[in-house]
Amino acid sequence: MSLLAPVRSLPGLAALTTLLMGVALMLALIVAPEDADQGVSQRIFYIHVPIALTAYFCFALGAWKALLLLARGDERYDLESYVAIHQGTIFGSLTLLTGSIWAKASWGIWWTWSSNQLVLFLVLFLFYCAYFMLRFSLEDGPQRGRTCAVYALFGVALIPVSFLAIRMAQDFIHPTVFTRHGPQMSGSMFTAFCFCWAAVTLLAYLLYRVELAGKRVDANLRELREALQ
Amino acid sequence: MTQGQYVAAAYGVVFVFVLAYVAIIAAKLARLQRQTTELLRLAQRRQQPDRETADAGPREVLHEA
Repeated sequence: MSLLAPVRSLPGLAALTTLLMGVALMLALIVAPEDADQGVSQRIFYIHVPIALTAYFCFALGAWKALLLLARGDERYDLESYVAIHQGTIFGSLTLLTGSIWAKASWGIWWTWSSNQLVLFLVLFLFYCAYFMLRFSLEDGPQRGRTCAVYALFGVALIPVSFLAIRMAQDFIHPTVFTRHGPQMSGSMFTAFCFCWAAVTLLAYLLYRVELAGKRVDANLRELREALQ
Repeated sequence: MTQGQYVAAAYGVVFVFVLAYVAIIAAKLARLQRQTTELLRLAQRRQQPDRETADAGPREVLHEA
């Protein structure tokens, strides 16, 4: 009964995510005013930035779960860390895609290697892509869990570097919206952004829970098969 | 491409990703359902001889008596 309890809350969570996503999209695409400088292409900001922040959050969550695995030795943290990093790479690839589309719309280029923040995000993304190569090249067991946990913890050091690079960079390509003086946008734009951020975070959490539930059912079935045969 | 089309493309990419994810989860769910059915049949097959043995047991005892 207790095993099914986490799965039972998923339909409610999915309904809440759908509702919040609908409101967020309406605010971002209809209610929020058009940017005077960038025009309609600025609306990509409402999806690109929340997705990027969620990718950072997922990688950080994966590293936190990896730390818990190393500290407590509980095997369930290995699966949780893996699923969080998997979500991080999904949202990371979406960050790169939406960012490229926005760059093309605003500045006429898909990608530039001269921009540190873009390259650093790509490095972070590729670092976590290599996590899967490491994971699937090792034999299943506690040793694999610990090795992957150490790797995930190394990657987390890249998150503040990538995040701060956007603030420290002096080039033209990547604007800084959140400064020490607060958000550099109007109230309705900021409200739309907050809703989008909440919706994307909730979507990531929902996908994390769904994937985790699927992987646990898979593992339970494998054990059951072994017990029956 | 117009600016509006770029916006549509950015939001469309996210939508397609979520849709693909749901499709993958649906495929996985179908596989899990198939595996559960297989395991159920396996458990039933294993239960069948046990039941037959249990049914035969007391009858033999009665026969001997």
